[in-house]
Order: sequence, then structure tokens, then C-alpha cells
Amino acid sequence: MQLTVWTYEGPPHVGAIRIATAMTDVHYVLHAPQGDTYADLLFTMIERRDRRTPVTYTTFQARDLGGDTAEIFQSACRDAHQRFQPAAMLVGASCTAELLQDNPAGLAAALNLPIPVVPLELPSYQKKENWGASETFYRLVRALLAGRATAHATAGARSERAPGTRPSCNLLGPTALGFRHRDDITEVTRLLAALGVDVNVVAPLGASAADLARLPDADFNISLYPEIADVTVRWLERTFRQPTVRTVPIGVGATTDFIAEVIRVAGLDPAVAERVIPSRLPWYSRSVDSTYLTGKRVFIFGDATHVLAAARIATEEMGFTVVGIGTYTREFAREVRELAGKLGVEALISEDYLEVEARIAELQPELVLGTQMERHIAKRLRIGCAVISAPVHVQDFPARYAPQMGFEGANVIFDTWIHPLMMGLEEHLIGMFRGDFEFSDSATPSHLGAGHGSHQNHAAEQPGDAVVVPAALPEPVATTTAEPPAVAAEPSPFVQPVPVMPPAATGASIIWAAEAEQELRKIPFFVRGKARRNTERFATERGVGLITVDTLYDAKAHFGR
Amino acid sequence: MTVHAPISPVAGCSDPVREPAVVRQRGQHAVFCGLTGIIWMHRKIQDAFFLVVGSRTCAHLIQSAAGVMIFAEPRFATAIIEERDLAGIADAHEELDRVVGQLLSRRPDIRLLFLVGSCPSEVIKLDLSRAAQRLDKRFNPDCRVLSYSGSGIETTFTQGEDAALAAMVPSLPAKAATSPASLLIVGALADVVEDQFRRIFADLGIGDVAFFPPRRSTELPAIGPGTRMLLAQPFLAETARLLEARGAERLAAPFPLGVEGTSAWLGAAAAAFGIGQAAFDAATAAPRERAARAMARYRPELADKSIFFFPDSQLEAPLARFLANEAGMRIVEVGVPYLHRQHMAHDMGLLPAGTLITEGADVDQQIDRCRAARPDLVVCGLGLANPLEAEGLNTKWSIELVFTPIQGYEQAGDLAELFARPFNRKQRLGVQLPASATAPAAARTGGAPCN
Repeated sequence: MQLTVWTYEGPPHVGAIRIATAMTDVHYVLHAPQGDTYADLLFTMIERRDRRTPVTYTTFQARDLGGDTAEIFQSACRDAHQRFQPAAMLVGASCTAELLQDNPAGLAAALNLPIPVVPLELPSYQKKENWGASETFYRLVRALLAGRATAHATAGARSERAPGTRPSCNLLGPTALGFRHRDDITEVTRLLAALGVDVNVVAPLGASAADLARLPDADFNISLYPEIADVTVRWLERTFRQPTVRTVPIGVGATTDFIAEVIRVAGLDPAVAERVIPSRLPWYSRSVDSTYLTGKRVFIFGDATHVLAAARIATEEMGFTVVGIGTYTREFAREVRELAGKLGVEALISEDYLEVEARIAELQPELVLGTQMERHIAKRLRIGCAVISAPVHVQDFPARYAPQMGFEGANVIFDTWIHPLMMGLEEHLIGMFRGDFEFSDSATPSHLGAGHGSHQNHAAEQPGDAVVVPAALPEPVATTTAEPPAVAAEPSPFVQPVPVMPPAATGASIIWAAEAEQELRKIPFFVRGKARRNTERFATERGVGLITVDTLYDAKAHFGR
Repeated sequence: MTVHAPISPVAGCSDPVREPAVVRQRGQHAVFCGLTGIIWMHRKIQDAFFLVVGSRTCAHLIQSAAGVMIFAEPRFATAIIEERDLAGIADAHEELDRVVGQLLSRRPDIRLLFLVGSCPSEVIKLDLSRAAQRLDKRFNPDCRVLSYSGSGIETTFTQGEDAALAAMVPSLPAKAATSPASLLIVGALADVVEDQFRRIFADLGIGDVAFFPPRRSTELPAIGPGTRMLLAQPFLAETARLLEARGAERLAAPFPLGVEGTSAWLGAAAAAFGIGQAAFDAATAAPRERAARAMARYRPELADKSIFFFPDSQLEAPLARFLANEAGMRIVEVGVPYLHRQHMAHDMGLLPAGTLITEGADVDQQIDRCRAARPDLVVCGLGLANPLEAEGLNTKWSIELVFTPIQGYEQAGDLAELFARPFNRKQRLGVQLPASATAPAAARTGGAPCN
């Protein structure tokens, strides 16, 4: 058993639902109890989908267990076929039904439905959401291409593209509930069009069963999201000898490499690369106002694809220092470890949210690039954060066009990442003038929620810095005990093992002198936590019991920036 | 398993004029399981922790239902059962002891730990009551350990609260047989609502009033033959049964929604404590009048509009009664997950004659009926709300009715407003949907109808 507070991924059948929901005419009959219907609202609420999730849940109950749950499953299949008339059907079990061992595959086959029925074996107690999505897509593609695969095996080598015809490709991997998949498809399709490459099929998002049967018509495949598409593209390579473009075009460098790879695989004139509208990022990063970005310490966590891409952008395109990376995608742990090795940091491969929180608290980065989970961690620790990866939240489906891929994606990423840093800088400037009557430390930082400015809100939101210090008055250190925040952020015993911001969390053996505490406050809030931690470490290592202003600056000199 | 039950009244009522028509169906449900109750229970009992013993699905469900509450460190978690637990490589009870030890060492502030059973733990017959007894011996008195099942094969949505409260009943202290009558309000209410009721009971002269669940697990109300109880929520069948077995007397009343419901609910307490009409009027006249004034604003927006309820929380019948009698709405269908005839008797009796109540409806067939009826407002779960909005129906999320304070006089106007807001929004929004977004989904994709 594993103690879990929040999870990065759902169970594998949720991955299967992401595939079914992405497609236009595939229905999923899931042997599951009624509670599992919660999955519907992920799609209707987070993604604001205007259609019901194409899933029939058998919703068996305890009283059915002694009886015939198999019959319940079969009648659900029959009813779903009759009512929804899908072009293909997925059948399988969720975690509870897996224990019943009703054999959905055999039961569905016995019905002889006049459509392809694809059984899914998704081991709920071993695997997770992305694996389930990948496996479902692979099984579906194989089932719908069964006939063509056999024909192709006998036909031999792939025929050459006729001269004068435009090359075509499939975009594989985008799903329902994917992080910016909707806009990435548009951006990559535009980019390919500029290069003179047609898109044969985008799948699974927006595809029909008949579209999947057309996949071999393309000259090559593009694996946009390896977590979902990698297994399928490998099978297509083997079976139809379709080459794969594997560079994920997130960031300027990666997009440039992607274009080069497409040109090579499609056999195009390299000059077509010039037809693509370039990104503004390279100039923006060189513009003098971006000097403050240089060397910013960032921590990166998310799915493997987005973490690998973000690390490259952070180092090569923004001039940040990556102080830590990690992923919850165990399937691609090797790639993330390799990159971590190159960056000289330790990779965190974990689905334990508490472990990620502890690592961030320990590293005290100036910016976190993570998932919605890390956004919450960063908010608690008062560190800026930009979201780069699933698991998704309603905020990750913006009304505006906001791709991550291609050159426009790089523009979006530049804006998204510097926003929390710029806001942090603004707050610091305000802090510099806090002696001015118009500014006060109790004002809610504008980048941390609606700026109502009431001290009460402030205290509730930022436990570590909840004290009003009138700069003109000598500060009594004793008053710096933060009030336990109310509803918004209750005291967090889970993070206690890693003391972070609150002075109260400091070891009893070290005391801050009032002037030193006062001096600490002059340091921008977004690096204050690190300064406090470093100073205390410095003091502990040297057996200094009382931290004075000199100790603070000694530590600063010792650790550097 | 789908029974194509004809939608016509089933007989079997003593008063054919007043009794609504009840239809029972068996089919696919789209209702949460009892685990979801943890979302409000862990906020209500502030020193309790809920540890679900279940699968990754359970963890994902609670997290998805909790949504925005992620900002807070939750007082719930899941002990995720893994392959090695099922294969017998690890002893599930030893594993659970380890996880609980880990949890309580991180959260020494917890005074009550619930081990919450799930579908998988029920199917593999993991005996959580035995585990709770064992762990209780180990951690008592620092922390009590209790267990209940929130599994979706046994409970729907709000029944999770019933199961949790029922698990607490045996630990309530006994009241001396000779002690004077006391009042127990049963069912989680928002603190602000509790405080309002407390003031009214004080004004009525009922001094000994307790609320169950308490805000802290250590403040358990004593119970015995002198206890009169009022149910504040319509989903507490097992809790009420266990309290009655310990001598408490249930005061039959409609549920305290709207002016009528609140007055009758308070009136049941007043009658049981021998409080006269004049005293009752004196204590309730001002808030009643305020509530009626607050309601009056929304009545014109709601009157004569038709409303259709999908099953969700068990609050459907009392809400329908409130909306029919106090807001003048026309009730098309009241879907309930299950019907507790005894607890629901007063609310059902106050519904307009012939109101259609469907119990455990098949969701696909119910959608067909809803589309055919084209009601002015549909009360449904979040999985259905946007798809129905896209079809041009007005919807109200039912889950909001569970998370929002809606009981009592001071909330009557708020409750009406929740139903008026969809109409208000519709009236304000002049912006047109693009043609592509209003066309039926099937037409847009060219595929077969898939909803």
C-alpha cells in the first residue's frame, strides 16, 4: 500500500477514456461501479466539453456480486451499441471489476456485435493513466488496421511517393484532457503546411475509427506526445515501414530541429525551412530588460516530454540555471535521468507529491516550472510558478490560442514563464519603497491572488510573511510569529519535516537578533527564504548561536548569490 | 439489466390525493460514491482524518471532487492497494498498520482517524472494522480509530456521511436515564447555519442542544432516552436507526429548506419540548419575515418554470417541495438515488399531487425523458451539465447544493437564488454562440450520434 495525498495520474482506465473521448465515434463500455462515473466530469468540467463522455459504466452494486455481473456487462454492451451506434467499441474493467474477473473480452466477443470490439487489459493495481492511454491507442490502431497489416506484410516494401505529390504525415498522440493538445495540433499543422507537408490524420484527438484505418496512407508519422504515441509509432514503423519524426517541437531549438527532421524524413529542399515564421523568443531573451532572467534558479517537474523540453528552453533559451528536474512518468525516467546528469543535478522520479514539495522547499528555487500540483506547492512556499505539464486544471484550457509547440508555442512559453518573475520583480521594487506611506508590507502581492490588500487576507494566504512591520519603527522580533492561517491554508504538518519560511520553524538553538531579522526583510521576498536558510545553515555549521547582521553578510559572502 | 419500466405511477399509498407517483428503475447510474462525502466531512470535523483504503481510482476521485481545495493541506488521503497487496506478497493488514503509523506520525494533531472502505477493499473483503479495532487499541487515547464503507457498490454520494456518522454513534457517551430532555441535530451543517439554529433554539427556550457531527471529535454529545433528534439532512437512515436504538426519539418533520420546511422543522422541536404557538411565533417571526422577503425577490423569476431533477444527493425531494410550494415552480420529475419513505414522508406529502418521483433511474432513459420534456431548468451532476447546456437546456449543478449553506431561514433566499441564477445568466448573455458550436455534436463531426 502506498500513502497518497494527491496523485499526478489517474488509473489506467481514465487513460482509456481520454482516447475514447478524443475520438468521434468510439464508445467505451467499462465494467465499473457507479462511483467511477466521476471521470465524466474531468472532461465536461475541466475541458468544458459539450458532449457526454462516450462511456457506459455498468454500475454494478454489492447486491449484484452474488448474481450475474457478467450479464449486466453484456446487456450494457448491447444497449450501448444500440443507443450510440459507435463505429468501434472498447471494452474493459476498472479496478473493482478487475477483481471480479468477469472477462469483458470474452463476454463482448460472444455478443457478435457488427463492429470492431477491442478488449482492453489495463492492470489497475500496477499501471497508471498515461500507460492506459498509450495501451488503448495502440490496441485500437492495431485492431482497426488488422486487415491492412496482413496485406502489407505480403505486399513487401513501401512504395515511393509519386514525383510531384506533397508528402503527408500523421500527428499522433494528442488526446482529450491533454495539456494544450488542442492548440499544439493547430500550430504544428500550420508549420507543416508552411513546409509543404500535408497532415493525413491527427489521432486520437478528433479522429474517427475510419481515420485510424487510413494511417498507413501517410508517408511518415510524427510522435507529438511520446507518452501516448510511442508504442503505436513503433508498431507502425515495423508494420508499414513508416518512419517517425521524434523531435518534440517545444522551444525554439527543438522546433528548429523538428523542422530539420521533417525536411530530412520527407525528402524536402532544406530551403523550405525559411518559410516558417520565426519566434520572437531569441530576441526577447537578448533584449536588455531580460538581463534579470540570467541565472535564475529553476526547478522543473512534470511529464517527461514537457520536462525535457522545458529544461532545454530554460538553459539555452532563457539563460536560467536548472537546480532540479524530475518527472512522474516512470516510463521515461531514463531520459530524464540522462538529462539531469548532463545538467549536474539529481533527477527526482516520483509520484509522491510530498516528496516533490520537500525537494522544492530544500532547493528554494526562484521559479518552479511544474504542474498544477507544483503551482500549489510554490504558492505555499511563496515562489513564482508557471505550469508546463499535465495533470490539467480548468486554467489549462484557456479561451485564447496558447500552444506550447512550434515558434508560436515558444512565444507563449516566454510570456508565461517570465510573468511570475516579472511580478516578483515588481513586488521587490514596491518593497524597496515600503517606507513610503503609499506602500506597506501588508499589501497583498499583486501576483499572488486578487489584490484586496486587507491584512486579514494577507495573513490567510502567506503564513510565512504575515507580519506588518512598520519600517520606521524598531521591530520586536517576538511579534513575527505567523498566525495559523484560516481556511485557505491550514497549518501543514506534512511539510514540517522540512522547515522553510516561518521563523517559528527554526531550530531552537539559533536565534536571530532583531537587527538581523530586520536586515533579512530588506532582501526581496522571493529569495528571502533561501537567504534565511543559508544563513541558518552557515550559523549551524559554525556553531553560531545568535545570528547578527554580520552573520547574515558572512553567509552571503560564503554562499554567493 | 436495463428494465424499460413504464413511467406510470406505482400504487401503494394511503392517501392517493397527496401521494406522489413513485417509479423504480434499475439501470446505469451516474452518481458519485460515498467516498465523496469526505470532501465536506473533513472540513466539518476539524481534527478528523479520512484514510481511504482503495485504489488509484479512489484517490483520483476524491482529488477531482475536491478540486480547488488543493490549496489546503487535506485531512484525507488514500492508502493505495497495489499488486503486491492483492497477490498476497504483502499482508494487507500489516501494510495498513504501517501506513497509519506513517500518517499519524506526520499528523500528531489528528484525534479521530476514519479508515474508509472502498469498492476494491470490499470486494477483496479487507476487514477494516477489525483493523480499526486493532489500531484503536494502539493509538487510543491520542487518536481514536473508526471505520466505515464509502464504497460505490454499497453507497451513493451522501450516504458516505451517513456511514461515517453511524460509525461514530457507538462512541457517543450515554446520557443518564433521568436527565432532562435534550435536542440533537443530526447531519453536517455549515457552522454559520448551526449558529443560526442555536440562537433560534435558545430563543425558543430549548437550552440543551447539540449538533452531530461535532466540530471537534472530542466534543461528542451524550445520548439516551431523553434525546429528541431532528434530522438536518435527508440521507441519514443508518445513523438515525442506530441513534433510535440508543434511545433517541426522532422528531418527524420536513427538512429545513425554505421558509415552510424550516418552520415545520423547528415546529417539530417546539412541539416536542412543549413550547406554545405564541412563544414559537415570537422566536421565529423576525427571521421568517426576513426569509419571505428574501424569497420574494426570486419568486417572479422562478414561478411557473418547469424543473427536472436527476438523482444526486437525496436532497431532490425536499428541494422540489421548496421550489414547488415557495417558488411556484412546476416539477417535471424528481430523480432520487433511493427513497427512504419514512424520513422523506413529510416532504413527499407536501409535494404537489401526482409529482413523478423516480428512484435509481437509468441515466440514458432519464436523459431521453428530459429531452422530451424540455424543462426550463435541469438539476444534474457535473458530468451532464455542460452537455445539456450545449443542447440549449438551462442547468443547475446539483453538487453545489451539498457544498453551499442552504438550510434555515437566513439561507432561503440564497437557495432560491441558486435556481434563479441560470435564468438570470441566460437573460444577460446576448452574445451568440458561433454556428459550429450550436449544431448538434453528431452533425459537426459527421459521425453517428454519440451522446
